[in-house]
Amino acid sequence: MSTTAVPDVAVAAVDEGFWTRPRKVGAVLLALGVLATVLFGALATGQQARFTLSETEGGAALEIQGTLGAILFGVVAAGAGGALLAGVPKRWFTLVLGVGLVAFVLSFLCWQVSAAPEGRNFMPMVNIVRGTFVLALPLIFGALAGVLCERSGVVNVAIEGQLLMGAFSGALFGSLSGNVWVGLVAAAVGGAFISLLLAVFAIRYLVDQVVMGVVLNLLAVGVTGFLYERLMQTDADKYNSAPRFGNWEIPLLKDIPLLGPALFRGNIFLYLGLLLVLVIHLALFRTRWGLRTRSVGEHPTAADTLGVKVLSLRYRNVLLAGVVAGIGGASYTLALYSFTKNMIGGKGFIALAALIFGRWSPTGALLAALFFGFADQLATYLGAIGSSIPNQFLAMLPYLATILAVAGLVGRVRAPAADGKPYVKG
Amino acid sequence: MSNPNPVSGSPDKEPATEAELALTGKADRGATMTSPKQSAPGPRPTLGRLFLDNLWAANTVTVTVLALVLAMLVGAVLIIVSDPDVLATYGYITARPTDALNASWTVVSEAYANLFKGAVFDPEASGFTAALSPISETLTYTAPLVFTGLSVALAFRGGLFNIGAQGQATMGVILAAVAGFALPLPPVVHLVVALIAGAAGGAVWGFVPGILKARTGAHEVINTIMLNYVAVYFLSWIIVQNGVQNPDRADAISRPVDSSAALPRLLGDNLRVHAGILLAVLATWAIAWLLNRSTLGFELRAVGANPDAARTAGISVTKTYVLVMVIAGMLAGLGGSQMVLGSTANALTPLVIAQIGFDGILVALLGRVKPWGVLLAALLFGALQAGGNRMQSYSGISLELVTVLQALIVIFIAAPALVKAIFQLRAARAARLQTSLAKGW
Repeated sequence: MSTTAVPDVAVAAVDEGFWTRPRKVGAVLLALGVLATVLFGALATGQQARFTLSETEGGAALEIQGTLGAILFGVVAAGAGGALLAGVPKRWFTLVLGVGLVAFVLSFLCWQVSAAPEGRNFMPMVNIVRGTFVLALPLIFGALAGVLCERSGVVNVAIEGQLLMGAFSGALFGSLSGNVWVGLVAAAVGGAFISLLLAVFAIRYLVDQVVMGVVLNLLAVGVTGFLYERLMQTDADKYNSAPRFGNWEIPLLKDIPLLGPALFRGNIFLYLGLLLVLVIHLALFRTRWGLRTRSVGEHPTAADTLGVKVLSLRYRNVLLAGVVAGIGGASYTLALYSFTKNMIGGKGFIALAALIFGRWSPTGALLAALFFGFADQLATYLGAIGSSIPNQFLAMLPYLATILAVAGLVGRVRAPAADGKPYVKG
Repeated sequence: MSNPNPVSGSPDKEPATEAELALTGKADRGATMTSPKQSAPGPRPTLGRLFLDNLWAANTVTVTVLALVLAMLVGAVLIIVSDPDVLATYGYITARPTDALNASWTVVSEAYANLFKGAVFDPEASGFTAALSPISETLTYTAPLVFTGLSVALAFRGGLFNIGAQGQATMGVILAAVAGFALPLPPVVHLVVALIAGAAGGAVWGFVPGILKARTGAHEVINTIMLNYVAVYFLSWIIVQNGVQNPDRADAISRPVDSSAALPRLLGDNLRVHAGILLAVLATWAIAWLLNRSTLGFELRAVGANPDAARTAGISVTKTYVLVMVIAGMLAGLGGSQMVLGSTANALTPLVIAQIGFDGILVALLGRVKPWGVLLAALLFGALQAGGNRMQSYSGISLELVTVLQALIVIFIAAPALVKAIFQLRAARAARLQTSLAKGW
């Protein structure tokens, strides 16, 4: 991050002596584990914490006594932290860290679920997993749009605007035509329209890309809000009643316990999003286009020397990003809700965070998006069981996690070298 | 083809900002060294001739005015396409073109006339209060925008992009409001304490990205965006806490600020303009002094232009980044405070600060990141806001159109090359038109 601007201060975070990064992470994890053991253990009740593998209270369930679970998982987390602190082989680092973090979350859940009122002390895992994916979906599309742009060297802060424009134009043209597929295409075009503005101003007129992104977001909010009030509010039947994609059940896969009902009975956007992660990942790292895109994002001059058309590749990728984000916007209006003013409500910025958290890779972005989606879903769930933790603080989680990530506490993140720098041939 | 900084300008004119100097200075100087004949003496033009020459050149004022015109044209198109009645007349435009043109003209001109009447002067208004009311409204909306605009502009000059003015203003409004209703203090002291509390709230929210940038290199754009949301959730949490929430209300609204902490109104109780606008002018002056006349201002501009060179020259980049963000946060916090201490509202609600932080970004860009430019830009935006209210209630044109106009103006400003191309302007004598300041991730 911005190491070019402040080289000396940024390098200061590099591992030195005993306190290598794994050790620091281990110390933090150990502290979290102890906190979980003591605090969550003390606050948890003797009630059972049930994690049911269905949508309701019934069915198969994993069950553990609250206090016991909170302490047990807390100790596991602390143990993982201690192992990292003592020093584990490098290849074990991610695994141990993962186990530690999951144990910490489980300890937290044991406390929360067991402290819920009698009769509500269960967590329907199918709902949680499904909700996580539903809430992560716009983030996945948005972060993929970011990957496409930023890997080729154009900063995309306009994800919010692209999602919003996609949602709006999907709703508008879907309603006018009465056809979901027309709506889907229109959504892609709407997202691409914002992208086009971004591309022209960033690539042709060399306007600062972050500034342009911020302004385009405001423009998208303004235009969609204006047309919403003028058209959709006055005649919702005509302009804001888009048909919706139904859920498609995938035979066989839908019967897998837990994952089946959560993942394989979704709508087209769910499948499309997951497919796009795979496709973009393969394309980026296994094809000629991907190699060129990455080279244009890291060192455009070198790429140009080798005959890659830097500007036209950037144009194409930015437009493609708009298409992807536009479809992401449609995952609201062509599947779940009708359009309302500013309905994306900051998801574009969380998508940006997911992109950074996922270190500019499609799979990383997917995992980050799922993590943010889970935090979001958890906030909803804890609100429903009357948790003592205000859900506003849970809602802050993705943002705080991102701040920690870019500050280098959860591993260093590095943007493509030429990200945000306009390329002028010469 | 698309050189944003035409080097045709005379070399002695300094570019608009130091950042620009850093970006283009080398090229400029190189060009002048190889072509010293550029400023060859010719017959001295008359003043009137110079004026006319400059009028259609791509200078700051011309580009700004033309950007406004372009934005209003796009706005007019939006008004027309979103009006089903007018749109219907376009169905038979080949048969009777006058119908379509008349209908379009009527709806657009009426909307913009109301915009003007709401913002500047209504010729049909009778009486002192009614005549001054539009100006009063404009100034009321201007005051907080000056603060958030200055906040963003100051950070820009230090080489930082403060997207967090929104969050800093949110923290400012929270602390100012809490100080405003929780502390039992005498009138003037109470107001001062509330303003200080607001500034402190903003300063803390500016300090965090500042110190992170300085210590770890974490990009301030990302951190300020994230902190904006953290502030929003904090606001929505604190409003409903005991002691903060209004005990007589079930919805999310805080207790009202005591009248002893309110900014005094300037023109009587019927006009909303309050002392915030005076504070805004004062702050503009102070920031102009800070930037151009103080040691800190010099260091700040040096760091903004080129942090490496500044460090070599013995300036502490770390300290400067932190200070810039703290001061920027204080300014935004003060801007936020006005939203409860002024006449807009007197209690916290989830939407109490509206969009002033994000609008501040636009204001700073439109004002070319100079303090007095920010003041003028805020005045324009305040006028658009005030006029937009009247346009909404009289012509039924949604207030969102104002957001569109504001964003479009700044887009056109940000790409002076585009405006130049559209209107075939000559290159300005001094190449001062480049808003590119931040440097990507």
